[in-house]
Amino acid sequence: MAEYKRPSSELEFEANFAQKKPLMNSTEAYYESSRCLFCYDAPCMNACPTHIDIPLFIKQIHTGNVEGAAKTIYDSNWMGNACAKVCPTGVLCEGACVYNNQHVKPIEIGRLQNYATLAAIKQNKKIAEPGVPNGKKVAIIGAGPAGLSAACELRTLGYMVDVFEAKAKPTGLTVYGVAPYKINNEEALQEEEYLQKQLGYNVFYNKPINTSEQLKEIESSYDAVFLGVGLGTTASLGIPGEDGSNVIGAVEFIEDLRMKHHTIKIPSRVVVIGGGNTAMDAASESARMGAEKVTLAYRRDKAGMGAYKFEYDLALSAGVTSLFNASPVEITAQGVKFIRTQEVNGKLENIAGSEFTLECDLVIKATGQAKMGSLLKQISGVQLDKSNRIVVNMETYQTGNPKYFAGGDAVNGGAEVVNGAYEGKMAAKGIDKWLKTGK
Amino acid sequence: MDLSINFAGIKSPNPFWLASAPPTNSGYQIMKAFDAGWGGAVWKTLGVPVVNVSSRYGSVNYRNTRMAGFNNIELITDRPLADNLREIEEVKKYFPNHAVIASLMVETKEQWHAIIKDVQNAGADGIELNFGCPHGMCERGMGSAVGQEPEVLQTIVGWVMEAAKIPVITKLSPNISHITDPGLAAVKGGTDAISLINTIKSIVGIDLDTYAPYPVVDGKGSNGGYCGPAVKPIALQMLRELACDKEINKVPISGIGGIETWRDVVEFILLGATSVQVCTAAMHYGFGIVREMEAGLIQFMKDKGYTTIYDFAGKALPNVTEWKHLNLKHKVVANINPDKCVGCELCYIACDDGAHQAIGLTEGSRVPHIIEENCVGCNLCSLVCPVEGCITMQKRDDGTQHLTWDERTKANNIPVTFNDELAGGRHHWVPAPVDALKNKRKDMRR
Repeated sequence: MAEYKRPSSELEFEANFAQKKPLMNSTEAYYESSRCLFCYDAPCMNACPTHIDIPLFIKQIHTGNVEGAAKTIYDSNWMGNACAKVCPTGVLCEGACVYNNQHVKPIEIGRLQNYATLAAIKQNKKIAEPGVPNGKKVAIIGAGPAGLSAACELRTLGYMVDVFEAKAKPTGLTVYGVAPYKINNEEALQEEEYLQKQLGYNVFYNKPINTSEQLKEIESSYDAVFLGVGLGTTASLGIPGEDGSNVIGAVEFIEDLRMKHHTIKIPSRVVVIGGGNTAMDAASESARMGAEKVTLAYRRDKAGMGAYKFEYDLALSAGVTSLFNASPVEITAQGVKFIRTQEVNGKLENIAGSEFTLECDLVIKATGQAKMGSLLKQISGVQLDKSNRIVVNMETYQTGNPKYFAGGDAVNGGAEVVNGAYEGKMAAKGIDKWLKTGK
Repeated sequence: MDLSINFAGIKSPNPFWLASAPPTNSGYQIMKAFDAGWGGAVWKTLGVPVVNVSSRYGSVNYRNTRMAGFNNIELITDRPLADNLREIEEVKKYFPNHAVIASLMVETKEQWHAIIKDVQNAGADGIELNFGCPHGMCERGMGSAVGQEPEVLQTIVGWVMEAAKIPVITKLSPNISHITDPGLAAVKGGTDAISLINTIKSIVGIDLDTYAPYPVVDGKGSNGGYCGPAVKPIALQMLRELACDKEINKVPISGIGGIETWRDVVEFILLGATSVQVCTAAMHYGFGIVREMEAGLIQFMKDKGYTTIYDFAGKALPNVTEWKHLNLKHKVVANINPDKCVGCELCYIACDDGAHQAIGLTEGSRVPHIIEENCVGCNLCSLVCPVEGCITMQKRDDGTQHLTWDERTKANNIPVTFNDELAGGRHHWVPAPVDALKNKRKDMRR
């Protein structure tokens, strides 16, 4: 039996995808913020990839300086509100909270951060302003967390910034790829709108950059270029039947779900292939969309999964069942044919003759995203590693072509929004340094 | 076990009294309180009825604690005397064994004599003289205006004693340099007992939009009288001063000031109080708060083998002494239990910034370490540590040596010049000033 009823209205969709980190009210924020110990050299702060001064912003919330709290957050992270909602805080800031060491509930840092940033956004508080124009222009390819973060930072440094985005909406995977119970579309988009209004960068939507002519034009019109292109479509499994009409990539599935909500129809039996966080999301979302039987199939054992435990637990709590040590060999109209696997001396081996078919109506492939190698290879001097990730200087985020900088998933191979936000900001500083000093 | 007291002749089934304040404004409240377990109540001060303002209380909230400190600008009773007297009579009818004490505040000798007669006729068990209120009434020459003038206080106590046939408690104001001055005056005037403290003259805060002090009355405010848990240390100190004075301690003392829990009650009794009065806790939590006080007091007495509160009243007094009699040879140092340490490093930064640079950070670990040779045993780290029992102060002297400042003074063994060889911190290591600018944390850079 399905745990969730099929949503037939926006209201029912919202109920099935109720926010995992709902907005705190002021009383909750008051009491929760009062618990913060104001640690010295706070571990939460060190665990945050963007090093937000968490003890300070929590103290500011508690003393009624919510605007100041938002400013503290945005000083370190231009995606402050998105990160508050979508960050895996349990393994980052909240996971590092010293309260854990005495089995006391850690401070709900994510929700406090959301409380402060959302208040600033809703009241349109001015928390940043553009720098004095320096006459230089930077192009940013991709309006995801890394690109937007770079755009904001560059604006504060006085650069004119144009962002080129292939899709119709900004924030990249925040709006297109994150599970809806982490952040809803409205909240994902309003932060960008808020920042754009104060900082004044330009975004050109539906403007994919994929030809060498486009790249050349950009290169000649701008003083520097930031590549925040992220990753591509779902990678191929390389098995027969995967192009069938009953197969969809997880990234595409989630994007569809984020854009169309309850209007998409999920069949009753779903198999999700993969063991990463995206697989967990896709399985969880299928169940919340009312699928009766959702199976998470992974070729290794449970311990081998790349997903965070809390993401796996979330999928289980939505009614998902799991199938381990099963490797897909073929997809047919009936379902997925698997072969059993086992680990021998650390190597995964198929068990001969153990094939079986799991019947289903929809197969979701959550087997990672392809890299944007074909675009990137057109830029001379930009080097890619063997996984097709852009090679950058880890301090300045400058690529092998000095005019090009890069950050986000295209560099890290696919990480959190917070990593993209950090890398975009650092790259902006790298661009500034390079344009000012030539180094 | 017997919790009952006989306080200067006022009998009460237990030492828990409600102080003269809003919770004792009416017979209804006092009956409800007695029913909840309170042993006595000091009636809201009677006198010529006043007119009060709206917006009367302000508070100090600390972190998530409401009313850690509390102040008020309410005056004495605004109800006609006849109503109060009738209700006193009725309460005594229902609760003949509980203590009903009438708090009084009037101006002239004639008024004192008249009102004393009235409350005696109504059946009050005792009288408390309100010489304490530091707001409003003092502007009219009453309340703390009396408490701050020992001679006037003594005169008025004298008037009262002329008329009183029931025990008289003189309630003192803490708004004075030497609490023993009014204490002694009260005893000389013939009082049967003393109670303290009344509230402390205070401003609890300023409204940051209107720039008026709380509680704000139409854009203005006045100083109020401060009470609640925050004032307990001041009350305990004053109580101890009175309880140690050989003239004053001939009369019993009722302790007041921030009492909320059984621990507070026990502490007041240990410093010589033989009844306690409570207001803020009842205003915050209702009369039911007495359950915790009573249960805790009984448990304490059981654990220590006491059968009445007189078994331990004043037991801490011999241990309160002057600084000059403290043993300079006593030596404790901090110890961090690494199994309990959560790694907040508050002890480190408190010691480094606020004390004696005696805690170091440990490479690769969040558990700081004590640098024993620098540790002066100040206790600060153990006070800031958020974990129960993680940092303890451990005794390092062997207990065989005893030398006080007083003894050193008598032996001519104390520093007397600005650069004296005998300076206590002469050989204590401190970092060089410039070390402050090295190894700064990233987030602390400006």
